[in-house]
Amino acid sequence: MDLLNAIVALANFVLIPATAYGAQLALGALGVTIIYGILRFSNFAHGDTMAFGTATVILVTWGFQAMGIGLGPLPTALLALPVGIALTSLLVLGTDRAVYRFYRKQKAAPVILVIVSMGVMFIMNGLTRFLIGVDEINFDDGTRFIINARDFKEATGLAEGLALRSTQVITVVTAVLVVAVLFWFLNRTRTGKSMRAFSDNEDLALLSGINPERVVVYAWLIATALATIAGTLYGLDKTFKVFNYFQLLLPIFAAAIVGGLGSPVGAIAGGFLIAFSEVGVTYAWKKVAGYALPEGLEPDGLLQLLSTEYKFAVSFVILIAVLLFKPTGLFKGKSV
Amino acid sequence: MRTVLLFAGMAGLVLLEGLTGGWNTALGIVNMGLISAVMALGVNMQWGYAGLFNTGVVGFVAMGGLAPVLISMPPVTQAWANGAPRMAAALAVAVGVVALAVVLYRRLTGRTRVLAMLAVLIGGFFLYRALFDPAVAAIEAVNPAAAGYLGGLGLPVLLSWPVGGLLAAGAAWIIAKTALGLRSDYLAIATLGIGEIIVSVLKNEDWLARGVKNVVGIPRPVPYEVALQSDTDFLARAAGLGIDPVTASTVWVKLLYAGLFLVVLLALIWLMERALNSPWGRMMRAIRDNEVAAEAMGKHVTRRHLQIFVLGGAVLGLAGAMMITLDGQMTPGSYTPLRFTFLIWVMVILGGSGNNWGAVLGGMLVWYLWIKVEPWGNSLMGFVTSGMTDGSALKAHLLDSAAHMRLLTMGVILLVVLRFSPRGLIPEK
Repeated sequence: MDLLNAIVALANFVLIPATAYGAQLALGALGVTIIYGILRFSNFAHGDTMAFGTATVILVTWGFQAMGIGLGPLPTALLALPVGIALTSLLVLGTDRAVYRFYRKQKAAPVILVIVSMGVMFIMNGLTRFLIGVDEINFDDGTRFIINARDFKEATGLAEGLALRSTQVITVVTAVLVVAVLFWFLNRTRTGKSMRAFSDNEDLALLSGINPERVVVYAWLIATALATIAGTLYGLDKTFKVFNYFQLLLPIFAAAIVGGLGSPVGAIAGGFLIAFSEVGVTYAWKKVAGYALPEGLEPDGLLQLLSTEYKFAVSFVILIAVLLFKPTGLFKGKSV
Repeated sequence: MRTVLLFAGMAGLVLLEGLTGGWNTALGIVNMGLISAVMALGVNMQWGYAGLFNTGVVGFVAMGGLAPVLISMPPVTQAWANGAPRMAAALAVAVGVVALAVVLYRRLTGRTRVLAMLAVLIGGFFLYRALFDPAVAAIEAVNPAAAGYLGGLGLPVLLSWPVGGLLAAGAAWIIAKTALGLRSDYLAIATLGIGEIIVSVLKNEDWLARGVKNVVGIPRPVPYEVALQSDTDFLARAAGLGIDPVTASTVWVKLLYAGLFLVVLLALIWLMERALNSPWGRMMRAIRDNEVAAEAMGKHVTRRHLQIFVLGGAVLGLAGAMMITLDGQMTPGSYTPLRFTFLIWVMVILGGSGNNWGAVLGGMLVWYLWIKVEPWGNSLMGFVTSGMTDGSALKAHLLDSAAHMRLLTMGVILLVVLRFSPRGLIPEK
């Protein structure tokens, strides 16, 4: 029995990756939940907004690299992020003007808006492929590790190494900062308060003189910023590939619904719940169990509940369970 | 009148393709167009008749595609002997565990229910894995390069079409039991997940249909081109018509397929039109247009939704089986949601949701565009870049990206139709 090594292995293979992934999902789910709260439909184009945002960030990063501008040990992409958000916002606001506003005026049923967002998804997917192609792109140019597995082993004398990649720390730090700013905005500023009022009760908000178009513009801006940041962090942590971003749609939606659609706190909790379950269920626990269990009881099998390819099944099962037993989500969301 | 004109226009496009691009490609488009039309009919049943928003179409199509493998491939006897009993036991345990959990859920209440269900599900999962893993290992160990799976039953491939429908209907029933009754966009997200899961099962369960190693050489319902080319009767007739034997054989095979698909399509439309104009069809439309009113009239809305969801799923599965029969191979890696879910949706919306003829036209037309937009994009880009210097990075990039014109065009078509003609080309009467 060797608890210390068990804890290190657990942290290395489960806790740290799941935390970073959870932060990325939480940011994505926040974007979905805000659009749902204000515009009242599930935006199927969110995954591709993330992809488009990340693609612009990558292009700007390349531009900065060509000009020799960088952030030293940090990835240049962080510097490119504001530009990427601005460019993506232009596209998203243009889409709102050209596409969504018509249906908003008509008061179309939510399901029509979902189908419309499917069309937007196609276009954004095509644009992203157009801009940057379909290949995997690695655009992380910062220092790779904060703690290297080999250095950790040498320093502590443990058998298990602990690797902490800088992208994981950047992800978590950025996510905390972004969420703090978002909650300050929603709870303290006039615009944020009017957004919450609009989300709670549209008619009452209109009566008190809140301009709906302004609220909608802010909702799109926030959702775009969140999507671009989430996409860039995911791309830094793993790699950028258009199709993977489309597939993120399912865990992101699951996170938003599990937390309760329309509830920002719920989206964050849902993001981490989905990420930890996904990593926990698809991780082979043999190593951790081998250290944690007494001598002679070490398991023979891999102790992997499901193979990694079935990670979507995990978010799906959680989603269905929550929908069946607690349809408004863990934190009381709304259902139109 | 409008319907006839539009279909005549579609036929004209195919004729034009035949005259300019050769009859081989034209018939290729027609065959996949017919299959797409069947898929569009399936989605149209779920969405157009009942307003159910299914984004897991790819899953049902893939489920149907499994049938030709399971029905018509020759059985791998060694794998059957080594692993089949254990596999059957494992699957029986899985079904039994889920059934027991459902019974417990219905019979018990409160904390006992939660604890009992957890105990049954977790215990059952480990029991299942204990039986399942060795069975998989036993089956996949048999000649892994060429087989490594159970194989099929060695029956005629046409039998797999109804079986594909049944498989997909089974999947649809399970989904409907859990996810119907949810709000519309929750149903959309739930079905999106189901689609992903079914495809990943097909990709990873090698014992079932070889996963991404693909099953090739699935038997055909029509003769092989090579066989025709050595058939003296056929050669004589081809010579009589003045066509060279290679072209004649490929065109003849495609025509036979087209005939088979057309029979299925027409039979389906006939059945569906009958259903739609019966009291049952009126009830479905009433439920779609106003669920509350229909419920007040004593109609069981959830049960009708279940019925139509399963029927629509069966049609999608049938189309999936037809497609695998046409391709002659099962490649789970090719099932992507953009191609098999969202493209089908574009077909239904463009054609006219709620109208069977609209769905058929949408299926044919959108498939035609899906095939043709890429060469059009290429020539457009060739024209745009003709003034640029050769070898410039921008020119190369633009020429490469012509391939992505398809998605862009489909998105634009969907948005334009929804905006300016939301009832589609052939609106519901």
